[in-house]
Amino acid sequence: AFFWLVSLLLSSLIWFIAVKASDPQDEPLQKGLLIFGVMFSVLLQEAFRFLYYKLLRKAIEGLVALSEDGCSPISIQQMAYVAGVGFGLMSGAFSMINLLADAIGPGTVGIHGDSQLYFLTSAFMTMVLIFLHTFWGILFFHGCEHRRWWEITAVVVMHLAVSGSTFCNPLYVGSLVPSYLLMATAAVWAYLLSGGSAQNLRRFLLCKS
Amino acid sequence: MITFMNNSDSEEEPCNERTSLMSAESPPVPSYQDGLQASEAGEAQAHRKRRTGSSRSPNNIADGDMSDSGVPVRESTLENEEEELTLKYGAKHVIMLFVPVTLCMIVVVATIKSVRFYTEKNGQLIYTPFSEDTPSVGQRLLNSVLNTIIMISVIVVMTVFLVLLYKYRCYKFIHGWLILSSLMLLFLFTYIYLGEVFKTYNVAMDYPTVFLIIWNFGAVGMICIHWKGPLQLQQAYLIMISALMALVFIKYLPEWSAWVILGAISIYDLMAVLCPKGPLRMLVETAQERNEPIFPALIYSSAMMWTVGMAKPDTAARGPSQQTWDAAEDGRENHRSPSHTDSQMSETRSPVPTRPITSFEELEEEERGVKLGLGDFIFYSVLVGKAAATGSGDWNTTLACFVAILIGLCLTLLLLAVFKKALPALPISITFGLVFYFSTDNLVRPFMDTLASHQLYI
Repeated sequence: AFFWLVSLLLSSLIWFIAVKASDPQDEPLQKGLLIFGVMFSVLLQEAFRFLYYKLLRKAIEGLVALSEDGCSPISIQQMAYVAGVGFGLMSGAFSMINLLADAIGPGTVGIHGDSQLYFLTSAFMTMVLIFLHTFWGILFFHGCEHRRWWEITAVVVMHLAVSGSTFCNPLYVGSLVPSYLLMATAAVWAYLLSGGSAQNLRRFLLCKS
Repeated sequence: MITFMNNSDSEEEPCNERTSLMSAESPPVPSYQDGLQASEAGEAQAHRKRRTGSSRSPNNIADGDMSDSGVPVRESTLENEEEELTLKYGAKHVIMLFVPVTLCMIVVVATIKSVRFYTEKNGQLIYTPFSEDTPSVGQRLLNSVLNTIIMISVIVVMTVFLVLLYKYRCYKFIHGWLILSSLMLLFLFTYIYLGEVFKTYNVAMDYPTVFLIIWNFGAVGMICIHWKGPLQLQQAYLIMISALMALVFIKYLPEWSAWVILGAISIYDLMAVLCPKGPLRMLVETAQERNEPIFPALIYSSAMMWTVGMAKPDTAARGPSQQTWDAAEDGRENHRSPSHTDSQMSETRSPVPTRPITSFEELEEEERGVKLGLGDFIFYSVLVGKAAATGSGDWNTTLACFVAILIGLCLTLLLLAVFKKALPALPISITFGLVFYFSTDNLVRPFMDTLASHQLYI
């Protein structure tokens, strides 16, 4: 969560500088700057995920060196999951919390002609992002562990795609549908990478031992 | 350390108006380190007295406590075990401290967001005499710096005074001081707080009911904090009084002064704990020499701490001071802590069943917790509360400060595990908190607002 926060900080710093340095009246320029800000932020987030991976790697090595039987009390997959959840929660919290606070107040959110589905779509979008961050965490760390660069690039590309699709808002079908599809893909991929399989799933669902 | 000192100080100035009480909240920090340190040292000594063999506390490894074993291989494995133990318990300690710090912050933020009273400007403390209603920015800055200087000097004076009292064994005075201050907190501030909450929610209330509630709350609090009580209840009371103190600070410190004070106090904390002649460091060392735990009523303890320091057979040398500290120590224990093997302690705590010495160590290990000074709680909550109050009502800022403080606490505990000596808990957290507050408020907020208005997601 902390790492995500720092990446957000840096990206908003860049955006802020860019905005201050540009003409505030120029609408397309502002929109362009915003798009640039978003993309840059996505890239920074992934960069910080990588940095976090490096940090956790070092921590695991330390734990292994210190433990008695040569294996660390927490595996890299668990750390990947936790990292993903942390990123997701922080990103979700920052997206939703002001919205929720406004929702408690008088019903004036979106009164200037915004879509009626504002709250609903925000909620769904946030949820899909949180899930996606979790899965991306697993995929990313797995890619780093096994040196599969295509996995890492796939994660980055997916993130860019999801953020980019939100530019279609308020045409919600353009953003929510692809995001959910991507989430399903990422979920299946992460599940397979973590050692799951169709058999495991069947056994779990049918409560067989 | 300073934490408790300050705490007691402020409550100490009892006679005057509420405002004067506020003065010296001091930087807490070292307290817990010290606590951990002192208790470890105490344990080690008691262990040496009781049995030969492996030492509990990592400190003793260096002390050649291993001389009993005589085998270098065993020494290194034991050392390894100790280190691993320290790390494992380090992680547990972090979690054990996260919960109370989070709870305190939640209480403060919830109150700030709902009760208007604490965000209204109704005067200032006499310790911050310079007003901030000046027309020019430079003048305002100057005033806040002057306020800070006055506040910090008051804190320093109080701390030195307390250290001197401790050095010259005026325990009764200190004890009375602490009792007076917690009395003030538990009764007066709770009354005001309750009054404001009732006003906010428009709850009809009569004086007899309020009297009953406050009386029960305060009396149980006094007993829990200064004498015996269940651990969780004691922790809850300590969290509540920290939150109350933080709320008062948030209300009565002018804005810029508050931020400058937070910064200055972290620096002071750093110096007071790490410099050889710093008052807090002297306090820790004195307490360690005498093998006494430090000011029990003003440290938050996450687990039952073995007051092994007290469990020494040679009580004759301790004299009358022993009695006061016994009572105070007992306050930190609860019914589920393993019994002291020291007869003196066990007779003061009759309901606790005695257990054989062999289980002493295991129990001790489970029960070994971390201590954090109450002043730490207070200043963390002040930071987060101020962020919630003045950060243009933005929850992102509050959340960012909260995460920053917790990460700072993590790092501090990590350093504690590495250095194994008293460390200030304020500097890292407060620095992170301040950095994140200002950057989130000025940089991230416009970015997130623009994103939210276009419903873009990053």
